[in-house]
Amino acid sequence: MSCNISISGLTKRFGTNTVLNDISLSLTPGERVAIIGPSGTGKSTLLRCLNYLDRPDKGLITLGDLSVDAERASRADILALRRRTGFVFQNYALFANKTARQNIMEGLTVVRDWSKDKARARADEILARIGLADRGDSYPSALSGGQQQRVGIGRAMALDADLMLLDEPTSALDPEWVGEVLDLIRRIADGRQTMLIVTHEMQFAREIADRIVFMDGGRIVEQGPPEQIFGNAQDERTRAFLRRVG
Amino acid sequence: MRALDTAYMWDLVPVIAGYVPLTMFMAVVSMVAALVLAAILAIIRVLRIPVIDRIVAVFISFFRGTPLLVQLFLFYYGLPQLLSFMTAIDGITAAIFGLTLHFAAYMAESIRGAILGVDRSQWEAAQSIGMTQGQLLRRIILPQASPIAAPTLMNYFIDMIKSTSLAFTLGVTEMMGATQKEAAGSFLYLEAFLVVALFYWVIVEVLSVGQRWMERHLGKAVAR
Repeated sequence: MSCNISISGLTKRFGTNTVLNDISLSLTPGERVAIIGPSGTGKSTLLRCLNYLDRPDKGLITLGDLSVDAERASRADILALRRRTGFVFQNYALFANKTARQNIMEGLTVVRDWSKDKARARADEILARIGLADRGDSYPSALSGGQQQRVGIGRAMALDADLMLLDEPTSALDPEWVGEVLDLIRRIADGRQTMLIVTHEMQFAREIADRIVFMDGGRIVEQGPPEQIFGNAQDERTRAFLRRVG
Repeated sequence: MRALDTAYMWDLVPVIAGYVPLTMFMAVVSMVAALVLAAILAIIRVLRIPVIDRIVAVFISFFRGTPLLVQLFLFYYGLPQLLSFMTAIDGITAAIFGLTLHFAAYMAESIRGAILGVDRSQWEAAQSIGMTQGQLLRRIILPQASPIAAPTLMNYFIDMIKSTSLAFTLGVTEMMGATQKEAAGSFLYLEAFLVVALFYWVIVEVLSVGQRWMERHLGKAVAR
């Protein structure tokens, strides 16, 4: 399931602070885009606005035939948008009162109205893909950070979303678990899932992304293929940032 | 000083025991109704539903800010003068009504606190997969808030049982009312009220044991 995605004029203020300033961005089906930039420049807010976890003040989000205008988005628009976008949280945010399998099934049975059996079969298939076939009955509290984040990704995968949003998926992980989570994301990226990922893992971004977007001060400063951004950035801010993290 | 008339006390036990069911009936019915009402009030407060939220805040403030006895008298003696259909309600109904509203006000605040105690990320995760407000409350938030609220709610239930004794001021012959009548006949006030006090104490102790068991049980289910 894939469609063209476009974001135009997205603006978000917290009080007098403009966190996102007129952001416009398009993704073609199957495109994998990584957002990089200094902390506090609105990268996470951009992802959260695309899922309406933060409500943008202005701007239009279009997924195929669905258009959501921030200035007149109804509750139904917001639900429709959320049902077509998967979100992977930095802190996993698994449902603490549900097992790993139930975490994955929840969106299918409750939101999509699938039968329990069908959802269970799908969840077991996903558990196998995320390498946790034997941990389906475990509660989040019994899983390692890496396992929890893989379930978090599995929960987003189950939705078969037009767009998967990953908000610094490895930032909260102990170093020992980063590899397994990146491996999983790499496999999903290889499956040409359209995705927008905010990450501090520059090497990883370079490897999996078709395009790198560099943000600073709530704006998109520069974007292009990885070799261009990492090898021959045009803007001085991009070069300064890459020197710092590089 | 005189010795306690223990024989009289033993004779009173079966008499008062006969009223335990009525006391428990009032407590349980009021508790169930108060729980449902409190959950609704708490959700209105948490979601800050415009206008209704303000009304609920005033309701809670009034029922926490005035004595239960005054509220019971208002319902039983006062309201019938305003609303004629209320003259038909008996003491038991008025007591259940008053206990329900009074305790719902208190319990709404603890349920609200418990809901706010559930991590913000749980709301966001549920929203992110497209759950409606009702679905996320029912399936994710309330199940996690319940074990947080349970010990406090259990304390309110214990308080509720003791508060049913006020129903005797509305002419209801429950445990306290029955004891009062017995004592008025025998003049053995000390013995009579001692026995009824022991009755309440035993009931509450039995419930406390149940409460500790429940806390251990619930504690296991949501171990983080």
